[in-house]
Amino acid sequence: MQYKRTLTGLALAAAAVVTLAGCSATSSASTSSSDANWKTATSAQGAGGMDALAKAAKAEGQLNVIALPPTWANYGKIIDRFTKKYGIKINSANPNGSSADEVAAVKSQKGQSTAPDVLDLGNAVLQQNLGLLTDYKVANWSDIPTNLKDKDGAWTRDYTGLMSIGYDSSKITDAPKDLSDLLGSEYKGKVSIAGDPTQANQAASAVYLAALENGGSADDITKGVDFFGKLKQAGNFQNVLPSQATVASGETPVVVQWSYNNLAWGPAAGASGNKNWKTVVPEGQALSSYYSQAINKDAPHPAAARLWQEYIASPDAQNLYLQAGAFPSTLAALQKSGKVDEDALQAAGGAPKDSVELTDAQVTAAAKVLAAKWSSTMGS
Amino acid sequence: MTTASAPGVPAATLVTSEQATAARAGTPADATARRGAGPRVRRRGGIAWLGLTPFAAYVLLFLAVPAVIAVGSGFFDASGHPTLANLAALGDPSVLRAFGGSFGLSAASAVIGAVVGALVCWALAALRPDGIVRSMIDSAASVLAQFGGVMLAFAFIATIGTQGLVTAWLVSTFHWDLNADGAFLYTVPGLVIPYVYFQVPLMVLTFMPALEGVKTQWGEAAATLGASRFTYWRRVALPVLAPAFCGSLLLLFANGFSSFATAAALISQGGIVPLTIRAQLTSETIIGLQNVAGVLALGMVVVMAVVMTAYSLLQRRAARWQR
Repeated sequence: MQYKRTLTGLALAAAAVVTLAGCSATSSASTSSSDANWKTATSAQGAGGMDALAKAAKAEGQLNVIALPPTWANYGKIIDRFTKKYGIKINSANPNGSSADEVAAVKSQKGQSTAPDVLDLGNAVLQQNLGLLTDYKVANWSDIPTNLKDKDGAWTRDYTGLMSIGYDSSKITDAPKDLSDLLGSEYKGKVSIAGDPTQANQAASAVYLAALENGGSADDITKGVDFFGKLKQAGNFQNVLPSQATVASGETPVVVQWSYNNLAWGPAAGASGNKNWKTVVPEGQALSSYYSQAINKDAPHPAAARLWQEYIASPDAQNLYLQAGAFPSTLAALQKSGKVDEDALQAAGGAPKDSVELTDAQVTAAAKVLAAKWSSTMGS
Repeated sequence: MTTASAPGVPAATLVTSEQATAARAGTPADATARRGAGPRVRRRGGIAWLGLTPFAAYVLLFLAVPAVIAVGSGFFDASGHPTLANLAALGDPSVLRAFGGSFGLSAASAVIGAVVGALVCWALAALRPDGIVRSMIDSAASVLAQFGGVMLAFAFIATIGTQGLVTAWLVSTFHWDLNADGAFLYTVPGLVIPYVYFQVPLMVLTFMPALEGVKTQWGEAAATLGASRFTYWRRVALPVLAPAFCGSLLLLFANGFSSFATAAALISQGGIVPLTIRAQLTSETIIGLQNVAGVLALGMVVVMAVVMTAYSLLQRRAARWQR
């Protein structure tokens, strides 16, 4: 029996060694980056210029991104192009995660080499977690409109969509004009939204749009909840999470979600898309919601994180957003300089004229309404 | 010499100190020598418990510690100060509705699973224990009891979803649309169908030993004493089986109550507690409920503790007849 105890002891010691080694393997890359200290750099200009940044990023060799689905706003291509252009490997964690998951990963993996370097956050989560971010201004800072960036560069808006109705034209013959059309009997059991509004920003935005269309406002979204209550009572609401696969198979024939997702899941997706999928931005007041790019202040690869910010704001990546039907934040500047991908802009329905985006206070008020009313209205 | 366990040793010397030591140490000694004395197993003190260490460490690291951290988080606010305010969530109508949904779903799937599973066991008991049908169903039950989550969800989307094979067949053959009032599968009551799929095999696994414990001799003895078949079932078999049946029912309830992945893959609007916890942990729209999730986890732990305590009490009773 004596050898058994020895074996157990050995196993424990081995486990301890492995664990400790795991802990000590935290980012050594950040300390090795050469002359400039990219960890605190607030612009490429101030820390040696773009070439130095690209060089330091390449020396780090890796970039950790999180919650970027390949079919969402063209992130699959954006990631590929970045890797090809700069020779930096991208580790894409939890692609279907939420903004809250991103923040949770930043907190729980703080100080580890696997922590997210850069974040793409919805507004409500962004405003609650400004303390996790660091200031950085990209080279074409002036291309981003003032209302779409933090004045110190803690975050910059990257892209938005418009709330839209996607529908399978082989099942729905008359194109819907607005959300109230979805109450009709031909939509029975066919309408879904992208998740639970008490959980997902995209689903909540469908409720906001319903409020705008039904006599409510960005200040009070109660009428939007009421609309979905009516949709459920009519038997038209379908309680399933739509995905590119459910759209392709016809399981979810009508989906209210961001225009770039509806566009991406249609003919643009080729064989894995639904060739009959059409996208309609409802008449009346359009609703948008920008996502924001930001850098984790404890990023394990600080130079690569800053280079990613530069790339995201560059015409190359901004046009990639546009090709997926998402409107980039530098769209006006791109149009002015003639660098915009005109075909993509046409396909996306032209630059949006005016759209409502909920302010932080309005989002907070909307959250209270959703918390109080959504599950009782939609409860099964 | 036929009863001698050690060849060459005279029968008269059988009960020696050596033999007794062997019996105490639990080695398979001659059964006839021990009959009536009951099994005597020498407690091995000292270092034998070390064998449990890896398992204990595993349970501690991957079950106990996370559970304590999760539940503990319910008693802190977002900035890390201790608070009891989160407990108020247990009175919130939407949380109560989620618990109601979880109870209803677990109870319905457990009752259906237990009744169907018990009938399967009853039918199986009539077959030869080493026959091919028995062994096939036994192994199928072991596999299917673990067949949950996303795979199961998609199996059911493919069969009874709005585009499903069975749905289409029902419409074309009987002109009856299963999903006429919206897709049934994507509602909380609809979840009972996929849940039953893994509850029935679990029932077969847990209830079969109890049914095997019912000896044919009991039936023969009852018949000899003039009992009808019905009286035998009512007075002997059912009372003996009842604790095992109720125990298995509780196990099925716990199994349904704690399931998450199947429901998460099928329904998008809350409805049961695990999905509410997910919403609170990952919400992009209603911020600051992460710690409330700990309180909901506490609620689930309490329910599970009550159910599993009742289960172990019933199992102890049921085990009386399974020697």
